[in-house]
Formats: sequence, structure tokens, C-alpha cells
Amino acid sequence: MAPPAQSQRSHSPSQPSGKGEVSDLKMQLRQLAGSRAPGTDDSKRDLFKKVISYMTIGIDVSSVFSEMVMCSATSDIVLKKMCYLYVGNYAKYNPDLALLTINFLQRDCKDEDPMIRGLALRSLCSLRVPNLVEYLVGPLGAGLKDGNSYVRMVAAVGVLKLYHISGSTCVDADFPALLKHLMLNDPDAQVVANCLSALQEIWGLEASSSEEAVREREALISKPIIYYLLNRIKEFSEWAQCTVLELVSKYAPPDSNEIFDIMNLLEDRLQHANGAVVLATIKLFLQLTLSMTDVHQQVYERIKAPLLTLVSSGSPEQSYAVLSHLHLLVMRAPMLFASDYKHFYCQYNEPFYVKKLKLEMLTAVANESNTYEIVTELCEYAANVDIPIARESIRAVGKIALQQYDVNAIVDRLLQFLEMEKDYVTAETLVLVKDLLRKYPQWSHDCIAVIGNISSNNVQEPKAKAALIWMLGEYAQDMQDAPYALEGLIEDWEDENSPEVRLHLLTAVMKCFFRRPPETQKALGAALAAGLADMHQDVHDRALFYYRLLQNNVSVANSVVNPPKQAVSVFADTQSSEIKDRIFDEFNSLSVLYQKPSYMFTDKEHQGPFAFSEELGNLSIGSEPADDILPAQRVEANDEDLLLTTIEKEENRAHGNNDSAYNAPAYDSSLSQLAVSQTDGELLSLDQTVPADAPQPSSAIDDLFGLGLSIAPSPAPSPPLKLNSKAVLDPSTFQQKWRQLSVSISQEGSLSPQGVAAMMSPQALLHHMQSHYIHCIASGGQAPNFKFFFFAQKADEPATFLVECIINSSMCKAQIKIKADDQSASQAFSALFQSALSKFGMA
Amino acid sequence: MISQFFVLSQRGDNIVFRDYRGDVQKGSAEIFFRKVKFWKDDGEAEAPPVFNVDGVNYFHAKVVGLLFVATTRANVSPSLVLELLLRIARVTKDYLGILNEDSIRKNFVLMYELLDEVIDFGYVQTTSTEVLKSCVFNEPIMIDAARMPPLGPAALFMQGSKRMPGTAVTKSVVANEPGGRKREEIFVDIIEKISVTFSSSGYILTSEIDGTIQMKSYLSGNPEIRLALNEELNIGSSGRSLYDYTGSTGSGAVILDDCNFHESVHLDSFDVDRTLTLVPHDGEFPVMNYRMTQEFKPPFHINTLIEEAGSLKAEVILKVRAEFPQNITANTVVVQMPVPSYTSRISFEMESGAVGQVTDFKESNKKLEWGLKKIVGGSEHTLRAKLTFSQESHGNITKEAGPVSMTFTIPMYNCSRLQVKYLQIAKKSKTYNPYRWVRYVTQANSYVARI
Repeated sequence: MAPPAQSQRSHSPSQPSGKGEVSDLKMQLRQLAGSRAPGTDDSKRDLFKKVISYMTIGIDVSSVFSEMVMCSATSDIVLKKMCYLYVGNYAKYNPDLALLTINFLQRDCKDEDPMIRGLALRSLCSLRVPNLVEYLVGPLGAGLKDGNSYVRMVAAVGVLKLYHISGSTCVDADFPALLKHLMLNDPDAQVVANCLSALQEIWGLEASSSEEAVREREALISKPIIYYLLNRIKEFSEWAQCTVLELVSKYAPPDSNEIFDIMNLLEDRLQHANGAVVLATIKLFLQLTLSMTDVHQQVYERIKAPLLTLVSSGSPEQSYAVLSHLHLLVMRAPMLFASDYKHFYCQYNEPFYVKKLKLEMLTAVANESNTYEIVTELCEYAANVDIPIARESIRAVGKIALQQYDVNAIVDRLLQFLEMEKDYVTAETLVLVKDLLRKYPQWSHDCIAVIGNISSNNVQEPKAKAALIWMLGEYAQDMQDAPYALEGLIEDWEDENSPEVRLHLLTAVMKCFFRRPPETQKALGAALAAGLADMHQDVHDRALFYYRLLQNNVSVANSVVNPPKQAVSVFADTQSSEIKDRIFDEFNSLSVLYQKPSYMFTDKEHQGPFAFSEELGNLSIGSEPADDILPAQRVEANDEDLLLTTIEKEENRAHGNNDSAYNAPAYDSSLSQLAVSQTDGELLSLDQTVPADAPQPSSAIDDLFGLGLSIAPSPAPSPPLKLNSKAVLDPSTFQQKWRQLSVSISQEGSLSPQGVAAMMSPQALLHHMQSHYIHCIASGGQAPNFKFFFFAQKADEPATFLVECIINSSMCKAQIKIKADDQSASQAFSALFQSALSKFGMA
Repeated sequence: MISQFFVLSQRGDNIVFRDYRGDVQKGSAEIFFRKVKFWKDDGEAEAPPVFNVDGVNYFHAKVVGLLFVATTRANVSPSLVLELLLRIARVTKDYLGILNEDSIRKNFVLMYELLDEVIDFGYVQTTSTEVLKSCVFNEPIMIDAARMPPLGPAALFMQGSKRMPGTAVTKSVVANEPGGRKREEIFVDIIEKISVTFSSSGYILTSEIDGTIQMKSYLSGNPEIRLALNEELNIGSSGRSLYDYTGSTGSGAVILDDCNFHESVHLDSFDVDRTLTLVPHDGEFPVMNYRMTQEFKPPFHINTLIEEAGSLKAEVILKVRAEFPQNITANTVVVQMPVPSYTSRISFEMESGAVGQVTDFKESNKKLEWGLKKIVGGSEHTLRAKLTFSQESHGNITKEAGPVSMTFTIPMYNCSRLQVKYLQIAKKSKTYNPYRWVRYVTQANSYVARI
């Protein structure tokens, strides 16, 4: 509703000022309150309407609260609804007055008309006044058991409202359990859906403080509940289907038959006219088949047509939402969409945000067979009157040129752009030609011939000017009048606003000087003088640096300015593959539209009911040295990422894992394991690997290769518990297990004072625990609160222990939660863990 | 989960504003409107339908010039929220008959009532007009339909064919007519939006038909309906490459690339005899959406000729030929063409005997515009435009002008040849014989000829 308080200042002059009208209304309402004359209800309706219309435009009508309540004694349901609406809006700010309404709302909750019971219950729960919660419990309890489904539907959401006003009241009244019962038994599908939504929210929020809630939350994705909901899927409304499908996408079926059963059951959901249902289904299919490469690819083929139909059937807004998801899939597996490129052609009347996505998709799917046609199409857009799109199209042509091996024809096209003599076309093209030359220096001859003809007067945009200047410097020997062009630019030094351009100018004139000294000497002198007098710090510094360099030793200066250059093989991708995987995990959410994972734009408490607990947000991986261990390999891996298709990449990843696991040196297993995570492009910090609302692991693939299992030779089993010194577990498997297993032991441990002192460097704890064969997979936090995730494996069998350990160094205490494949051994492990922990700092 | 829903007028006034969860600040409508109005990120002209400001996600859909907006702090499914916004608009239209600022302002109490039932604490409860009827009690206040410009795709029937009752499409599903009794009738509209791109030499580069079978039912008692489509209807382009224009056109088969259906549709016999069975909801809804890239005959052929006449002058000759039968008439045809930016003046020369044609030179965005009220099937129309330039053109004018785009509406014509063979209503009694309207219309989506 419109802001009730302080709103009178902001309304526009055309609206009534409020004061006089409101007191008039007050009078009239008072007169009507006691009246029983025929036609009273009609007059009341008119007055109520006025009140609500004032409320909507932002006039404070809270002063008529008591009159409204007095008038609420009516059997007219339209009047009642308006009254409820009014009360719901103002009760929060007038808790004392709200008490007045409790009476009639409670009475209405017992009305014989189920519609009125439901409405009253909804309004009662919407009051949002904390000290009135005691009045909610009774009616809610009755509402959940009401014979009418409308009332139960309202009551289920009412429980959630109560939870948000007072969580403890809600939990103490045992409402979550009642909801669960309803969810599993109610004949009305919407009641079931509301219970599910409420439970997801309640247990999601409770999970940070209660073990039971964590268990309950995990129970929601257990097989019986998932199957129960799936079997009723067609009874649900399209919106409730989305909720259920989203839940199912978190379920990990144990075998492939189950996966196929679920997919067959939901196959027809792909033909639904509601895009939200289709996208939720697609997400489920993609998640289910992550570990089955060939089926996963079939899913891509299967979902193409429905996605394209949705893109073209809805409003521009709807098609944008769907197209963004298609964009994500195309970016992940461009090969699979190579033959569909014509669908990504722009239509002239599409909004910019749609065209931009399409251009990116066209760029991605370009390959040897379709490049000619795609580039031809893009060239049409480049000549378009729509300037932003023309710019994007030119950039797209450039990107295609950079990713192709045969760029011959494309370079010609780019050079033709320069002949169009449109400022913005020239500007974009110059930037691209520069990048192209950095990758393919062999093209310099053709390019330079054309670039040489461009007058720098026609280039105004800083980026383009900088590019032109760079080329003038770099290819000074090939361009006849390079020194003179530079000289001209230096003469206009004062008028050049962009420091970037001035920096480039300095460097270019230096390069030019070493190639053609006599012609450039004058220009260099002028440039250095202007640079030294420049107000911009960087420009000044660079000029000074060059000046001193020249003073010191000219040949050294030459080697600094003109070092031998290697062609750039791959330009850095703007987004890391970790981020991309994370976004993929959050399919069918805003992350896809923003092209950012949810933690970048969402508050912690809103990241969704299935997010890990909040503190995890700051976790980073345990051993920092790992970062330094294999930088070379990392770069290489990234390079490969850029070139390979998704599937190849995944194979490569798994391959890398195997290799390193086998080669791991005896004692350094934890470190090398971390290094493996580095090379395989997996996410390192848990805050990134744990998808906020989709903890379905992205790398179930790793499971396929048995990487979750220990491959170390087993020493003879000897009691009590022996741990594997070379335990290996990758973060996603950890994550998956952590979600699937329930907590077997949760207890408090203690740290020695020396240990606390040693916590100054949390790394030390990791090394200490490692010496006890307990490996850290992620850690984070700051003094005094630290959080660690550890794992260990039994020496004799592939049974894993997972530990969450929260250390408070000011209290010398540690909260320990242990999950285990083999529950029977968890006690022994707990003892081992605690003894290891207590010894920390003693050595 | 949705935190707030509101409808803003073009000027940014709140028409309705409903807060469901209280976790987004009250001033969100103002923040939203300012952001949309001054959207100039990276030279992008218009705000995308979804954006984030300080942790609040704003979703909006433009409906008849109004902004339907939802806010949330959670990372929800954008498709779901945008679908919902449009569904709310549709339900409102079902109730009010006409959806515009005036009708919503007059019926804002009814709007609040609807919104209370559609969403509870941010969770969607129902968007079915049918279900809502049982819990919404306000009577809609009707506004005068005659004064309102017709809106929405179905509205185009009002100008076209005289056989249609003009008020039908603006009739509320709940309000009674002045006579007291409601007229029993059902409308089935086959609406096709076509996109064609012609190369400069006149070949078809790409073409697509995006169709919808839309239903609006005013039948009482929810009878079952059977809708029979072409028997030779194939779905899925398996075994045949897309854009294969060499395929035979003579055969009667209609080949759809893909289609989807409203959830009330039963497809039990669809594979056998291509009939759809459904119990129509009250209100308007799409029974089926389909997409087709099979070759079809474009309704218009466009021919453009540009001749330079000296360094400061050029002549553009536009020819439009209607390639559909003579008993069909296209209306509200507009042909547009961007001209070189240095064009200072255009003088037009219309064909002799031209009726209902207007020409205009839009100076601000340098576009030539040619409007034709009607084009009868089989006819050809020509426009000559003499361009005067303020500076010498550098070289090729065709690179500075075009492409030619066209918008039009053709009632009672569809390019895909998809047909509703019959519309059967399960009979309640012998005397029960409601009005059935099956209507076809073709509209241009993106109809472009390069020059």
C-alpha cells in the first residue's frame, strides 16, 4: 500500500491535500456506523472506496481507523474485504488500534461462510503486530483443520506469516509438523503447495540454529516426498508445479532408471504454454543428466524447440527471460546450436536487450560452416541506423575473427567498414583491427594500408583514438606519415581530454622515434615536454619515466619500449569458468539474466531456502600456498577451457583429477588435492561451490570416475579407527555428501590456550590436522570466529567422514558436527578428531 | 516470492499498489520509475524487463501503456514473475472487459480484491479467472468501450470484418449485459505473426510464423469443446533440415516446427485425428502456440529502387504488391524506410487515384513513412519519393538507407494454412446452440526487405 506516514508532503498538487477530506470522511463514517437504515451498505461502500483510494495515492487515512472498525459490523462481503485491506495496511503502524480489530476478525474466523473464515484468517495473520501473535495461534490451528480447502490454503500461508512475526510462537505451537502432515495428506493440491512453500521457507531459516530443521529441510528432498509430489504433479496449478519442479531439481536419484522415470513422467511439461513451467522442467532435466554426457546432450537437443517456441510466442518481456536462458545454454555448448544460427538473427523491431543477447549467441555459434553467412548478416546490422546495435555488430564480427582460424574474408569485411565513413563504425573497427593485429601480426600489411588513410581528425572516441595511435607507433616503419600524424596529434595535446589517449601518444611517439629517429625527434621533444607539464599523474609519470630512460641509456630505452612481442593466442575471457558453472547451477533464476551468481546481488537471507548457513559466505579454501603451486598449469587449463567444448572440458577435468590423484606424493596429499581442484577449474571456495538455491552438484561427473573414493592402498586394518593418509575428496562431492548425510554427532570440543594462540594463523591448524590425516576442504572467518570444513577417510574402506568445525578463539571452544558414511564409526572418529584438535598448539 | 505488486501509469502515478511481505521499502515505485525513465546505461535505450537496485529486483511488463511491476529480494525465476505480471493483466482484462488506465482507476477496489486472491504473502495462489470468480465479489464498473481505442490482438477484428459483433471482445466475463442475460458465445482466434527478411535481390532469407490459437469463452456451464485442426498436420521438423525452401509446397501438409498447449487441453486424440479437447476456462487464454519455419507465400512483395540524380538528389521508388486473393483486404499498412542522415527534404509523388494513402518524412529519426489504409488482394501500389540532401553523399546511398520494413494486418487470412476444421460444443440440450466465432488474422511482426 502507499506509504501511510509522511506521505502528505510528497503528493502532487493535483491530488487533494487530504486533511479536510479525511476529517469529512471521519464524520460521515461515524454517522453511518450505528445506522441500520436500508441503503447504508451502499453509502458505506462509497465511503470505504474513498478511503482506499486516498490510501493508494499516498494520503494518510490512519486517523479514521476506529471509525472503519466501527463500520465493519456488516454482512456485506465487499465491505468486509475493503475493511480488511484497510486494517492490514495500517495495523502495523497503529498496534493499539489493531487490537480493536482482533475481536471482529476472530469472530469472522468462526463464520459459517468459508469464504469469510478464510478472508478473516488471512487478514488476522497479515496484521504484522508482534504483541498480537497470541491471538493468531487458535484461529490458525483451527484453520489448518478446517473442512474447507480455501481456509486451509489461507491457513498454510498464515503459518508462514506467523513465523515471520514470531518464529518461536510458530515453532512452539508445532505448526511446522502440522504443515508437514497436511502437505502429505491434503486432497487439495494448492494446500499442499502452500504447505511446501511455507515449510521450505521456515526450515530454511531455522536451519542456521536448529539441527532438526536441517534434517527436516533435507527430508523434503528425500525420495518418498519427491515421489509423492511428482505423482500428483498434474493436480497442481502451473505456479505450484514450478515450486515442485524446483524442489525435485535438488533431488539426486541414486540410479539412472530413476532418472529416466522422472524424465519420462515430466516430458510433457516441456509442451506447457507457461514458460516458467518449461524452464523449471529444463533445469530439472539438465541437473539430472549432468553425469550422463550423452543423455545430457540429448536433453539439449530436446529442449531447443520448446525454448525457441517460447521465445517467439510471448511478450517481449517473456521472450527476454527465456532467451537469456537459451543464451546461457548456447554459451555452454555452442557446437550443439551451430545449425540453429538463423534463429538468432535479429528482427528490426526487437528491443536492444534482446538484440544484444542474439548477437552474442551468433558470435558463439560461428564455426567454419556458418561463419560466412553469420558475418554477412552481421554486416547488415553494422550498416543499420540503430547505432548501439551497429556497434555491437561490429564487435561481434571482430570477436568471430578472433576465434576463427581462417580470418581472411573477415578482415576484408572489417576493412570495408572503414570505407563506410561513419564515425562510430570507424571507431569500433579501429579497436577491433588493433586486437586483430595483436593476434595475427601477419595481417599487418593489408590493415596498415587501409589504416594509413584514416585521418585522425575523424576519430574522436578515446578508445578508437588510442587504438589508432597504438597502430601508428607499432607500425611506424610501414606507415609513411606516422611521425607526422603523431606530430599533429601532439600539437593538439592541450585539447585532448582523455588521459588514456595521452598515455598512448607518449608510448607511440617513443616507438616511432626508435624506428624513424630523424623524423620523430621534434615530435618526441614536444610530447615529453607536454607530458611533463601534464596535470594527470599517470601521464606525467610516464613522460618523466621515458625522459629519464632516454637520458640514462637509449638502447635500454629501446628495449623497454619496443620489446620483441609474441602474438596473443587467446584473449582473456571476461568471466571465469567457475562463475559460469555457478550461474548454470542457478538455472531458472535471476542469476541467468544478470549473468552473475546470486551471491553477487542478493542478501544472504534471501539466497533461498536451501543455501548453506550464512557464515559460509566468506569462506575460502584452506591452504593458500596451493595458489602458488601450479600457476602454469592453471593458465594452461584456462586456455583449454576457452578452446574446448563443454564436454571435452569435462572429460579433461576428470582426466586431470585422475592423474593427480594417482601421482599424489605420499604425505602431501591434501596439498596436491587442492592443486587438483585448481587445475580442473573447479570452484575453490565453498561459498562459490554451494549454489544458493540449487545445491545439485554441478560435478556429479566426478562421481562417475569414482573420484569420491579412496584409491590408496589399504594397510592392514587394525583397531581402533585408522584414517587414510591420502584421502581425496573434491569440493563438489563433499558438498553433495554434506547435503545427503544427516548429522551423526554434534558436540562441543575445546581448544588448548596454546591452540588458541596458534589460531593467529589458521593455516597452522590445517597443517596440524593434516598430520592427523584429517584434511581441510574449506575454511573461512575472522577472529574470533573461524569455520572449517574437514574430511577424512577410513584407511581400510572408502567411508568418508565430514566435519564442520566452528571455532571461537575467544572462548576456546569448538562446535563440531560430524557426518559419516558409516555412522557406527562416527563416535570413534569424533574422539580422534577431538584429541587431534586439543593437541593443536602443544607441539 | 514476490514482495510488492504495483501498476504505474505512464506518468509514474500509483494506480494500485499492494505490499505482500513488507521487506521492500515503501518508496520502491518511485525508485523504479526514476530508474526506468532515466535508463541510459551503455547507450542502451530502454530498461530491460528485470533489473536490480540496491538488492531489490524489479520486474516489469508494459501492458497497454501501463507498467505492471513486481519487486522481490529473493533470487526467483524471472520467467515465473514476468508470466505472472502478464497473467494478472489478462485476468484484469477478463474482469473489466477493457484494460486501460481509466478502467483500472474506476475499478481499483476490484483490482485489490483480485490481487488478494492471486498472491498471498508473495506466493501465487491462482490466476484462473474461473477460480477467482468464486472469491471476488465486486461488480466491475464498465467504461464506455466506444470511446476507447481498441487494444490487444483480438481488437483488430473490430475494424476488419463486419460480421463480428464489435463489443464482444471488450465484454467482461462476469458483468451481465444490460438485457440481463448473457449471450452464449465462444470466440476462437487464429492469430499469426509473420516475420520475413528479403535479401536485396528479393529472395527470402529467413521466414517464420508465430501463431496462437486464442480462445475466449462466454459459455455457461463449462461444456466440453472439441477443436479439430488440419488432418495433415505434422509437428517437429525431424528428417528435414530447417530452412529447407526446396521442399514441396504443393502438398497439403502443414508442418509446424513446434507447439505448446494450455494446461486445460487434452491431447488424448491429438496424435490420431488432430483434435484438441478442452473445457474452456472463463476468460481469454491461448489454447495453443505454434511456430513454423516451413516455406510459405509471403503476403506482400516489396520492391525498392534507388536512383541517384545528381550529387544532392536521389529518387526512391517503393513498390508493394499484395500476393493474396482478391476477396481479402489488408488494412493499416505502414511502409517505413530510413533515409540517409543528411536528407533535408523529401517530396512525394503518389500514384494516380490513390485513396487513403498518407506519406510523411519523419525528420527527427530520418525515416520515410507511407501509410495505406487498405490494400486489396492482387493489387500493386507505388510511391515515388524525391530526396534532397544537405551534403554530398559519399558513394553508395544504399549503404546509408534502408532496410524497408512493413507492418500490416490481414483479417480472415493466415499464411500457415493451419485451420480449425470444426468447433464442437458438447450439447446440453437440443435448443442449446451458442454463437461460435472462428476468426483468422495475420500480422506483421518483422517484415523487412533489404535494399
